[in-house]
Amino acid sequence: MRKPKPISAYPGFSQVTWLCMALLYAPILVVAVYSFNAIRSITTWGGFSLAWYAKAFANPHIQAATLNSLVVAVAASVAATVIATAAALALARGRGFRGRGGVFVLINLPLMIPEIVTAVAMLIFFLAIGFQLGLLTVVIAHTVFCVPFAYLPIAARLSGIETFYEDAAQDLYADRWRSFRFVLLPMMMPGIFAGLMLAFIISLDDFIITNMVTGPGTTTLPLAIYGMVRVGFSPEINAISTVMLLVSVFFVSLSYLVGRRRA
Amino acid sequence: MTRARLLLLSPTLAMIGFFLLLPVALMAVYSFLSPGTYGGVEWLLSFDAYIQFFFERDFLTDELVFHTSYLSIYFRSFVQALAATVICLLIGFPTAYFIATRPPATRSAWVLLVTVPYWVNLLIRTVSMLFVLRDEGPLNGALAAAGIVDAPLRIAYTDFAVALGLVYSYLPFMVLPIYAAIERFDFSLMEAACDLYAGRWTILRRIILPTVKPGVVAGCLLVFIPSLGAYIAPDLLGGGKNLMIGNLVALQFQGSRNWPFGAAAAVLLLSAVLVALTVLARRRALSAAGN
Repeated sequence: MRKPKPISAYPGFSQVTWLCMALLYAPILVVAVYSFNAIRSITTWGGFSLAWYAKAFANPHIQAATLNSLVVAVAASVAATVIATAAALALARGRGFRGRGGVFVLINLPLMIPEIVTAVAMLIFFLAIGFQLGLLTVVIAHTVFCVPFAYLPIAARLSGIETFYEDAAQDLYADRWRSFRFVLLPMMMPGIFAGLMLAFIISLDDFIITNMVTGPGTTTLPLAIYGMVRVGFSPEINAISTVMLLVSVFFVSLSYLVGRRRA
Repeated sequence: MTRARLLLLSPTLAMIGFFLLLPVALMAVYSFLSPGTYGGVEWLLSFDAYIQFFFERDFLTDELVFHTSYLSIYFRSFVQALAATVICLLIGFPTAYFIATRPPATRSAWVLLVTVPYWVNLLIRTVSMLFVLRDEGPLNGALAAAGIVDAPLRIAYTDFAVALGLVYSYLPFMVLPIYAAIERFDFSLMEAACDLYAGRWTILRRIILPTVKPGVVAGCLLVFIPSLGAYIAPDLLGGGKNLMIGNLVALQFQGSRNWPFGAAAAVLLLSAVLVALTVLARRRALSAAGN
């Protein structure tokens, strides 16, 4: 006999959920599958091959863009994480203070302003103060919009750490620096690491702002992909996209797993 | 504020204040200046950038004539963002409900499944969508192979493709807040309603929906706001002819080189987004006060 459906189950909802998953995953999976197709064809399968990956990695333009992307992502994510850690310490510890709300808004400002607005505002500003557009302006821009992403897991972690650990350290004559360095900081580490990972992929992913504030000759990976798509689709694009996809999934999973770890 | 706290906050204040808040303020100033000949601005006060939205100067008579070409871009952006929001809601609500009614052990796996695409590069996701939808793409290839269509369906480079791209971009933003609201829903209320002979759909309409409304509103705004300022989806999937506000802004700094007009367009977009965010914050505060 069929079990009667519970009242909480709505007909059609599970089908819509599968549709939702298909919509979210089908395009990227299709691209990933085609990146392994030995031939250029869309309709026929020419066998499994890594030829497009080899071709993409051998492309000097892609190599330079990858290097730029990594340099920017490492510099911006480290800078953003340091800034966010300091801000989290100031906001999470001690009682509320005047202007707390304002600081909170400021940290989250990069999330609130549409990316295209941030992009043109920064372009205007860099040119107005006479900054040469290039790798440095890209790193500065990335640092700014990575701060809220780094801040989130760090603040979440810090709010879960009771103050009595620091109190105990100070009772044992640790000065404020030592109680921070040897007690609080190690406990914050999983949050800081999670924040660093998130900032890293957010930087690696950015296209709109980078596109505006970069100078001639300084290309990052998303900019290179965009340039290639403008010319026309090639299986190389599928290969690079698949690699970036895996990198994103890897770092997010890492951030998720480490961020959840208990102290 | 103590000195230690000020010291800890100074990098944030310096970085975001100097490299984001100040630039946005400068952009607002630029929107009231005159355009330079080769990009840039002349430091002459002018409201032309805002007047240009509504009026065109007639070549012969030098009269201002009302025109709607820019307004229509704002209107289209609004309609596209609204369409994306409605589609996201129709797909996102049932999905969120389905996930929230799974056993607790599998729930977090479902949530992760919804979250992961958000972290995949937006450009790559949009490129993938274009790859699938375009005339020579796998979708049309499959349809032709199955004998359903003779000529490829023109999906890419249409308004529909842009809406689909926006849905694909921001669908997780709809599912997650609704899921969070439904997860807190007390399902014994449902049994009580059932005992009182209410049908499934009546319960959904009169009990569940009113209770989870804050989550639904949050989800809708979280999809609508980024959709309104979207750049990548209309640029790639719209093929550069179905402009949205984001493309209009970018064009002024890349092609047309009318900086004050671009700045004014950005200021108008930013104002719309800030209004929407204020509504969101108000709602959050209200529901927090209610709990």
